[in-house]
Order: sequence, then C-alpha cells, then structure tokens
Amino acid sequence: MITKEIFEKLKEKFGDDIIRLDESVKDPFVVVNPQKWLEIAKYLHDDPDLYFDFLMSIAGVDYPDENLIRVVYHLWSYKHRHMLVVKVELNRENPVVDSIDSIWANANWLERETYDLFGVVFKGSRNLKRLLMPEDWEGHPMRKDYEEPKEYHGISTERENPVYLFHLVKPPEEE
Amino acid sequence: MSKVEKVDITKTTHIEHTADGVIMVTNLDLAVNWARKNSLWYLLFATACCGIELMQTGGPRADLDRFGVVFRNSPRQSDFIIVAGTITYKMAERVRRLYDQLADPKYVLSMGSCSNTGGLFQHSYSVLKGVDKIVPVDVYVAGCPPRPEALTHAILKLREKVGREPYFKNYVGTRFFKFMRWIKNDN
Repeated sequence: MITKEIFEKLKEKFGDDIIRLDESVKDPFVVVNPQKWLEIAKYLHDDPDLYFDFLMSIAGVDYPDENLIRVVYHLWSYKHRHMLVVKVELNRENPVVDSIDSIWANANWLERETYDLFGVVFKGSRNLKRLLMPEDWEGHPMRKDYEEPKEYHGISTERENPVYLFHLVKPPEEE
Repeated sequence: MSKVEKVDITKTTHIEHTADGVIMVTNLDLAVNWARKNSLWYLLFATACCGIELMQTGGPRADLDRFGVVFRNSPRQSDFIIVAGTITYKMAERVRRLYDQLADPKYVLSMGSCSNTGGLFQHSYSVLKGVDKIVPVDVYVAGCPPRPEALTHAILKLREKVGREPYFKNYVGTRFFKFMRWIKNDN
C-alpha cells in the first residue's frame, strides 16, 4: 500500500485525529493527533492489511519559528513491504507524547535518544532516562537555542585553539 | 608527571674483572629502569576505531611483544594506559577511575586525534575535548587513526622516558634510603 491508501484507511477509522497528508516531499508523511497516537500505533501494528511489524526510527526535529517539535516515526512492514512516515506535532515548551514501547520494544532506546537530545517526554515509557549524555547533564543539545555549559564536573568543555596558544596569530577580538 | 633527567651512563658505570668474577658498579636507577622499561604492560582501553590499529600493533606484523609490551585486562596489573579512541563526557569519569586504579608509577599514552583534542568530534555536544583534560598525558600520537608504526614509535619514546627517570627519587623516596642505612649499620 502507498501512503495515500494508508492515509485513507486511517481516516476512515480515526476521523479527525488523522490531521493531514503531505505528498509534496519525497517521503510522504501523515500527521496525527499526539493524544491518540498510542491507539493509532496499535492499529497500525495489529491490522492485517497494514501490519507494521518494524519500527525503523524515531527522530525529533526542532522548529523554533513555529514553536513546534515534530517527532518523526518511520514504520516498515516486512509482510507487505510498505513504509509509512508518521509525524506528531508537539508544543515546544512542554512536549509530551505517549510512549509506544509497549508495541515495538526497540522504541525504548529511540525514545530515550529523542528525550535526551530534544527533551520530548514519552509518557508511560518503561525506562525514560538519558542515553547519550550523562544523566545529570543540563539542557537538550539538539535544540536550536541550546547553549553548551562551560564545564561539566570540573572538566572544561572548551579547547584552546593551538594557533592562539603559541601566540602565532592574534585571536579575533570578541564583540 | 615527574621531571625527566638525563643520566650519563659512562660516568656512573664501572666494570671490573676480578679473581672472583666480573663486578659491575652502576647507578641503581639505571639498573631498575632497565628492567622496568623492558616490561611495560598496557591496559587495553579501546573505545573507537583506534582500537583496531591497537590490535594490529599487538599482532604478529608490528609485534609489540618484542619490546616486552603486552596487554593486560586489569588496570591493577598495568604500567600504562593507551587511550585509543573518542572519550565522551559519560566515559570521562570512568577513564579517570581506571587511571586511578593503575599502580604507581603510571603513564598515559594518548592515541589518535580524538583522544588528543577531540579530533573530528570536537564541536560535538557529548565528546571530551582531549583526554588531557582529565588525566596527565605522557605521549601523544597524531593520526586518525595512527598507523601501527606510529604507535610503536610512541611506545619507544615512552620507553626512553621510563629509562631516564630518577626512579628512587620520584617513587621510592627517603624510606628506601633509611632502610638501606639501617641494613648497613646492622651489619
């Protein structure tokens, strides 16, 4: 099935919770209501015509202009050999969405990564803690307005430019 | 680390042929360092692709074993640590702990760009900008990753450094000399 057919099937079942379909890009995607996402995901996984048995990836994208964080899910069905891209749109100040690790177990690490880098909270997750950064790290590094802390546990996070260190060239004056 | 002083062998070593056999009078530092520098054991600590080159260097073609340099799996049996690969902030405290577990005298060899400066990943949010931020480094090896020849050369440099060190002054201290005086008076 192509994305348009899947979209129509979902629209029949869930109505207004399936917000829109975008076919203008290379990978067409479906935008769904974050409140109903767990229910929709269960349907995508269980329905014999759709049967998305594999979650390929979860990614976050930060849009500070629209005050949105979009979480992108890539699903794949080994049985029917079709793919679906699902996006949920979350408020940037308080991004919360249901966890889907009860459906696809590998979602746990992908959600942890997204939580770590974007601060998206996955409600009902089995084990939601940071994956790449230390657990007591402050801030979420992949957000556009992230500023790196000067030091972590007394370790400086900056390295002097060796060109300036040996006084070969004068460093540019700070504004 | 400790200050390296050069010892002139010709001034301090005498060999005498006597009726009882050959007697050699030498600098004790030299004798001990000769033993130490010929059995430098390193802690296997590979976190990235430099680890592959490290394994190559330990293998039969580059053959580190001929210098008495063999790998250990425990920091408590090792003389130095080869930091081979990218160190993240999450890993940094573990590296420091491994370093603290090494028995004195201990050395650090930083292998590859990532370990030296953060390398390719130095603008990343999670990578430590050089292992010298957390442990004192004796030898740096440039390269991404360095060839086995480069690592072998670095280990030869470390051997030189170990061979020149005033071992008793730096690590044994005055206790040893008190002990020697005590033995001398007792006899």
